[in-house]
Amino acid sequence: MSDAPATARSRRTAARARGRGPGRRYNLWLGGLLIGTIVAGALLGFVWSPHPPNTMDFTAQLQPPSAEHWLGTDHFGRDLFSRLLVGARGTLYVGFIAVGIALVAGTALGAVAGFAGGLLDEAVMRLVDVLYAFPAILMALLLAAVYQPGTLTAMAAIGIATVPIFARIARSSVLSIKEREYVEAGRALGLGEGRILWRHVMPGAVGPLVVQASLSLAVAVLAEAALSFLGLGTPPDVPSWGNMLREAQGFLAMSPYPAFVPGLAIVWTVLGWSLLGDGLRDLLDPRTV
Amino acid sequence: MLAFLVRRFLTAVLSVLLASVVVFGALLAVPVDPATVILGMNASPAAREALRTQLGLDRPPVERYVSWLGGVMRGDMGESLNYQRPVAGLIGERLRVSVPLAVGAALVACLLALPLGIFAALRRGTVWDPLVTSLSQLGAAIPSFWLGLIFILYFAVELRWLPASGFVPLGEDPVRWARSLVLPVLALGLGQAAVMTRMTRAAMLEVLSQDFVRTARAKGVGQRGVVLKHALRNAMVTIVTILGISLSNVFIGSIVIEQVFALPGLGRLALTAIGTRDFPLLQGEILLYAATIVGLGFLVDVSYGLLDPRIRYE
Repeated sequence: MSDAPATARSRRTAARARGRGPGRRYNLWLGGLLIGTIVAGALLGFVWSPHPPNTMDFTAQLQPPSAEHWLGTDHFGRDLFSRLLVGARGTLYVGFIAVGIALVAGTALGAVAGFAGGLLDEAVMRLVDVLYAFPAILMALLLAAVYQPGTLTAMAAIGIATVPIFARIARSSVLSIKEREYVEAGRALGLGEGRILWRHVMPGAVGPLVVQASLSLAVAVLAEAALSFLGLGTPPDVPSWGNMLREAQGFLAMSPYPAFVPGLAIVWTVLGWSLLGDGLRDLLDPRTV
Repeated sequence: MLAFLVRRFLTAVLSVLLASVVVFGALLAVPVDPATVILGMNASPAAREALRTQLGLDRPPVERYVSWLGGVMRGDMGESLNYQRPVAGLIGERLRVSVPLAVGAALVACLLALPLGIFAALRRGTVWDPLVTSLSQLGAAIPSFWLGLIFILYFAVELRWLPASGFVPLGEDPVRWARSLVLPVLALGLGQAAVMTRMTRAAMLEVLSQDFVRTARAKGVGQRGVVLKHALRNAMVTIVTILGISLSNVFIGSIVIEQVFALPGLGRLALTAIGTRDFPLLQGEILLYAATIVGLGFLVDVSYGLLDPRIRYE
């Protein structure tokens, strides 16, 4: 009888050690909460905002927060909270598409290279090495020179620059999994190579890739904001957090709010994605605990 | 060791060559005639043709690439269309701004991150470890360009301690040169320090959990000896990687910071080149950035070989 509470306690301790107990999940919960608010804000922006985000009001320029303008106004008298909601949409959209491109392309490249081995592996890894030499901002400079700067080139630049990390993770996971006995058993049963890779090897690589996707979303948010700040991302007529910061730069001495508000939103979102990534890693990979 | 060095060097050269193909090939893919883009739709056909000849667009792409690459190897990157001056000279002038900025930021990052990361790892289980870890996680989430704006607001606009923008050459006035770089260096270096602190802590924790550290402790080696003689020495391979990544990051990060502080460095030059469609200048600059990243990776690889004999004999 007296063993029951002790067993329950030891089970809880073991779960905590594996990163599955509530005590170790604070990264996951806090990250989820931060991202949840941004997603909710972005969705809210589709149906409601206190003021039209692009409407100028020259009687209310650079106002501090008030009941009328919850987070203040910018140099054109536009409501910062409304622009923040619309900007959240673009930030999430660019991040998801860019990381989606990288996840699909990088995983495919890395998995095929790791599974096939030999010359194909060598060629793919050289390509990945070259892509490493072009971080998102550099890739955006290149694409902006060719196609003119814009949301599409920013997404492509962030996506292409993020391909190598997914390729490396997928390759190393596949390399370790393909030697396992159940893969050999699949081969002995006459399964095709494609089926073995897709049905039996790749499921084992999903965990690290999901963790990296969350961490890459944090980097993508920073990169998108930096590119918009430089004028290489979202066009100036569309509210985005990076654009808001660029416009605020000229009016810092008159009002800090146009710079504080989008900056804090970027920190909030990046922190959210990175906490979520850390939490997922604790949950999916007990070795890191 | 020589074979290891040669192998790594050849891999780096191959990567730079492939990067040069990417840079040259991408600008070949401009969907419209570059001469029309540069001169505008109203330019006369004769003027467009003259520019096409000047850009070498009348020659086959492979011939142009070989001639461009040959020039780059001799230090001739062509002539800027906007400035009407050699690209290499323009880049050389701007490096006087970008190099001190990047090196200063990397130094700030290392000087903060290495002691903090080691401290957090050694204080695991106390309040200091989660404090340092949480602060570094928060720091890593702050965009350097936003931090730059906040610094301008407080240290330049409010307190008037340091200039908000501009650059004074070192030869003109060393004190004003240093003052013009303090805020950009801190804005760029602090975020990087946050990222590096987490990596250093993780590297130290990994080493501290190894058997040889336990053995050293069992033999009666003091904490100082365990850290300096055993743990830190073995964590150096990871720490050197972190340094390499950090230098690459701050070099690329300087593109944004130069815009915040109106510093006339490589980044601002590249943005101007995009605005004016100055393709030769962009090609030269982007290749320089990519080659620097590859070069830093090569130096990291060489350091691995020096620090860990197992790697060079692989």
